[in-house]
Amino acid sequence: MALLEVKDLKVRVEEREILHGLTLTVNEGEIHAIMGPNGSGKSTLSHVIAGKPGYEVTDGEILFKGEDLLAMAPNERAAKGVFLAFQYPVEIPGVSTMNFLRTALNAQRKARGESEYSTPDFLKKVREVSKSLNIPQDMLKRGVNVGFSGGEKKRNEVLQMALFEPSLCILDEMDSGLDIDALRIAADGVNALHSPKRAMVVITHYQRLLNYIVPDIVHVMSKGRVVKSGGKELALELEASGYAQFEDAA
Amino acid sequence: MPAVQETVERVKRIDVDQYRYGFETLIESDKAPKGLSEETVKFISEKKNEPAWMLQWRLEAYRRWLTMTEPTWARVDYPKIDFQDLYYYSAPKPKKTITSLDEIDPEILKTYEKLGIPLREVAMLEGVEPKPGEEDPTRRKIAVDAVFDSVSVATTFKAELKKAGVIFMPISEAIREHPELVQKYLGSVVPTSDNFYATLNSAVFSDGSFVYVPPGVRCPMELSTYFRINERNTGQFERTLIIADKGSYVSYLEGCTAPQRDENQLHAAVVELVTHDDAEIKYSTVQNWYPGNSEGKGGIYNFVTKRGDCRGNNSKISWTQVETGSAITWKYPSCILRGDNSRGEFYSIAISNGYQQVDSGTKMIHLGKNTSSRIISKGIAAGKSQNTYRGLVTAHRKATGARNFTACDSLLIGDKCGAHTVPYIEAKNSSATFEHEATTSKISEDVLFYCIQRGLTQEEAVGLVVNGFVKDVLQQLPMEFAVEAQKLISISLEGSVG
Repeated sequence: MALLEVKDLKVRVEEREILHGLTLTVNEGEIHAIMGPNGSGKSTLSHVIAGKPGYEVTDGEILFKGEDLLAMAPNERAAKGVFLAFQYPVEIPGVSTMNFLRTALNAQRKARGESEYSTPDFLKKVREVSKSLNIPQDMLKRGVNVGFSGGEKKRNEVLQMALFEPSLCILDEMDSGLDIDALRIAADGVNALHSPKRAMVVITHYQRLLNYIVPDIVHVMSKGRVVKSGGKELALELEASGYAQFEDAA
Repeated sequence: MPAVQETVERVKRIDVDQYRYGFETLIESDKAPKGLSEETVKFISEKKNEPAWMLQWRLEAYRRWLTMTEPTWARVDYPKIDFQDLYYYSAPKPKKTITSLDEIDPEILKTYEKLGIPLREVAMLEGVEPKPGEEDPTRRKIAVDAVFDSVSVATTFKAELKKAGVIFMPISEAIREHPELVQKYLGSVVPTSDNFYATLNSAVFSDGSFVYVPPGVRCPMELSTYFRINERNTGQFERTLIIADKGSYVSYLEGCTAPQRDENQLHAAVVELVTHDDAEIKYSTVQNWYPGNSEGKGGIYNFVTKRGDCRGNNSKISWTQVETGSAITWKYPSCILRGDNSRGEFYSIAISNGYQQVDSGTKMIHLGKNTSSRIISKGIAAGKSQNTYRGLVTAHRKATGARNFTACDSLLIGDKCGAHTVPYIEAKNSSATFEHEATTSKISEDVLFYCIQRGLTQEEAVGLVVNGFVKDVLQQLPMEFAVEAQKLISISLEGSVG
């Protein structure tokens, strides 16, 4: 079943059009990789899906579970199951990770009309989840991402993904700033969360991430459009021959 | 003075129009004539059955006040106050009897709900009384419980305090019952000649609290929970005096997170604290006066003089304040570190939104040897507000080994507000160690979006980030109040972004 349908999407940032009619369909349980050179519009796409301010959609639509995603506030999208793992997760001093997780999880549950977690129930849940991902309890007591290494920040994103149980995860350049060990740990976390109901959209510049997270479908973006889609072998082809061949196609 | 008129109009609309309920005669007879004169001062003193010495004290202050001019150095801007156009005394206004919570403005109820104040307490705060012959049992229960609770709680507390020897009563009562203590200490920290507003307060103060903790006694409770419910009718010129005798300890909390409205626009309170050898006073404030409307009209002008005197060796005074209300805040809770090894602390959260103007900070005056002080100030400016930290740290020639640490952090929300830091530092001896740190930052769009992407609304996101910013200070508040203050902070900033 189609989870996310992006249809002929045109997006502007301050008078300049970045996406020129992008179409993409992601079904439940699929892993999609979106690749492309810098400036091709990969991050713009992830931001528009999540609802970041500053982007103007001039044409096209985005359906999520059949509903008009663009009509929803960004926090409503989160409650509906859209999760964006940030390229550069922000630091929030003075707010413990534990407090942040609880506030966010309960906000989402409340928005869905579900009961909020009590403190003991929440603690039980967060301990279970962090244990399954081998995340030390100590990390939960620290301020959100404050003084975290690049690897720890990404693991914190994975932890949130596990806790919030979204149906669509968008991973924006997850590999940036990570050494190979940290990359493997983060990717293992993502793989553990893949399920028949949950789709993943992995945005990346390099093929190396796809050695750890194996996509069902690879899309190549260039100049604000998807110019080619194919199986995982497309990523390898790109690694060998580069993006230049698609520049003309766009 | 149009601003005053504006407030009066507003409060009239919000509050109950007393004239409609036939209290006219009563009110008129209990009101001092408009304006300030020796007659007014005498009127107030007489109303309170004060002894002659007290009247004399007030009159001296009044004569002194006549020679003084309003201070203008603060970074606040407001229409000139006509001091002859104000009422300086009126008996507590009889409220219209409310018989159920249904009669309270839903907006006010909403605020209580956000603060998490239980409905039963709301009933008390809003003065819900049972209607004679009221049939609805649930309604009756609220009111009966309220009466039952406040009486029993107050009685238990009074008995316990008496057992410990702690004197805790309205200052007007203390003037009559403990004149020796009041005469000895009143004006000994903030003299009648201190500053324009303190002098005005000395002449016309209405009431306030008096606390005396005898030597070696640790006050068995926070002087707050009971007081919080009963403090509603303190007037515009409040006077508080707290004395901690040798080796004693007391924690005092004033104010209320519930929204406070008053028909008097000008507020000029004075608070004096005295600690003797080895004694400690912890004074916490939560201030949520009416800040004015969305166009910046009306709102309380809050000109407060708060000062503590660490008179004895090894004594300690700690101020913690959460300031969210008032149109104008002019307030510098200070410590005179007179005793050797004495310590002063100031923890402050000052939030301004809309058109609010805050000029607040502290003075740490090191006079004794090896005195130490610590200042943690968190200013948050949103909307079109201006937020200034103004602080003085000074070490006297004889204050060898004086130490101070100051951290002033400002957070800006939006691009139409201002944060200012004005620290004065004076060391008159070479052994003093003063450290000053200051930061100014803005809530970034990226941080907000991160929180929103995780399911928080814009307002919840701002509240979360701000509460993180002020955490160090919130931790200084008594536990029960910290929770309420945290919610209050989020509410104060509603509508500040977007």
